[in-house]
Amino acid sequence: MMDKILLAGFGGQGIMFLGKVMAYAGMLNHREVCWIPSYGPEMRGGTANCSVMIANEEIYSPVIEVADAGIVLNQPSYEKFVSRIKPGGVLVVNSSLISLGSQRPDIHLIDIPAGQIANQLGNDHLANMVCLGAIISKLALIDMETVQQAMQFLIGKKKPELLALNLSAICKGIEYGYGSGLHPI
Amino acid sequence: MKGNEAIAEAAIRSGCGLFFGYPITPSTEIMEYLAKKLPQAGGTILQGEDEVASINMCYGAAASGARVMTASSSPGFSLKQEGLSYLAAAELPVVVVNVNRTGPGLGGLGPAQSDYFQCTKGGGHGDYRLIVLTPSKGQELYDYTMQAFDLADQYRNPVLILADGFLGQMMEPVELKVRSREELPPKEWVTDGCRGREKRKIASYALTNEIGEANCLYWQTKYNQIKDRLQRWENFYADDAEYLLVGYGTCGRIAKSVVLTARQQGVRLGLLRPITVWPFPEKAFWGLHERVKGIMTIELNAGQMIEDVKLAVQCKTPVHFYSRQGGMLPTEREIWQAFCRTFQLALTEEEL
Repeated sequence: MMDKILLAGFGGQGIMFLGKVMAYAGMLNHREVCWIPSYGPEMRGGTANCSVMIANEEIYSPVIEVADAGIVLNQPSYEKFVSRIKPGGVLVVNSSLISLGSQRPDIHLIDIPAGQIANQLGNDHLANMVCLGAIISKLALIDMETVQQAMQFLIGKKKPELLALNLSAICKGIEYGYGSGLHPI
Repeated sequence: MKGNEAIAEAAIRSGCGLFFGYPITPSTEIMEYLAKKLPQAGGTILQGEDEVASINMCYGAAASGARVMTASSSPGFSLKQEGLSYLAAAELPVVVVNVNRTGPGLGGLGPAQSDYFQCTKGGGHGDYRLIVLTPSKGQELYDYTMQAFDLADQYRNPVLILADGFLGQMMEPVELKVRSREELPPKEWVTDGCRGREKRKIASYALTNEIGEANCLYWQTKYNQIKDRLQRWENFYADDAEYLLVGYGTCGRIAKSVVLTARQQGVRLGLLRPITVWPFPEKAFWGLHERVKGIMTIELNAGQMIEDVKLAVQCKTPVHFYSRQGGMLPTEREIWQAFCRTFQLALTEEEL
């Protein structure tokens, strides 16, 4: 069993960190994981993307052609990656910054105003965490418990004051993921 | 941890006390990590004014008996070639890392295997060889780096870790194993001050042609011994294979997925993944022609390792080639389709 996940947004929206949280959640749950950043010159100011694979067996090919799930935080990322979600897969879209263009009726699209929700929580850098919440229930190999452990591991010591805030953003996303945002196939 | 960090951590845990380098993407994290951690472990890291200086600092450090490493990526690695040739001639154990980016010239930052010839056939001047290890995942970056230090000391030869930008930047779980100290020959050649003993000299210059030839013959005896003892490879479903893929590093691991796909479709496909590319694992190919109908190498270059594979099978088996270049990686499906096309295996759309 394997979760192949694509994540994309502007540099600075916390895409790499979002991927790290997922990878650590997998690792702390004794899964095989593989986190791959885009590391070309496009990182400076343009779109940032990374891919995460979580599996309960050895990961051979680390190249994702079509993903089971994805999160896109801005318009260029949406346009670039909407075609790379496999039929029946799920794509979380930050509707605060993205207007849905080309539709994919064959995938679960969760459009969530992550930017606005993050603002309401008092920090617009939390949009990535809101989206993480929205996608958790759609992933096979990580859950809220392991994500919580990963967050504790990654920021619990360094920035404990931010831990609760991040977790509350994830919880908002979870609520939304179960609610009106889910477009059935 | 990142692949580059796995290399750096392995170096520290191998007792590497000195690192000289000049940063370049996509290998920079090796130096960055060591800058933070090596001094804490009692070692020293120094950024040379360039790659040429760094490799020559390694020469000096190794001559004094220290465990030392340098790391770079393709254009920077090119600048180190003169130094590598001197290291090989002086038989100095240095671990060198090349996180291959694309080329020629400045190239790009994506993953590539276009330095294969340079790494396995010399690169610098003269008839020398480096021992070249090719990891394919985070754990191997760590394990092979540890082995590299022992091999360098054992054979008094520079050892190269050949990775690519993908492996260097990728983050995977790595178990920080403790490696038991191997029995290594005592370093009775180091120039660490001759008080109380005879003078020693480490140099790469032969004053007469007779001495020059004797040196060459001596080095080749050593290289032949390494060829005999050190060929390493991974056999992945190759024992009963009718067709074989050959790929190392990132290509090696992508090819494993292709093999599994093929097996599901009833095609007896296997993989030989070279772990050493010098010495090339010729032994893995002995006798294959009796069973294997065809071979396809998977590379991130215009066809370099394929030459060694053809030599290894002595052209008794047809050898084909598939690649992506310039920083692109093949997907598992692309390789599978190319394989089916090459060997004219008719498959339905769904199977592809």
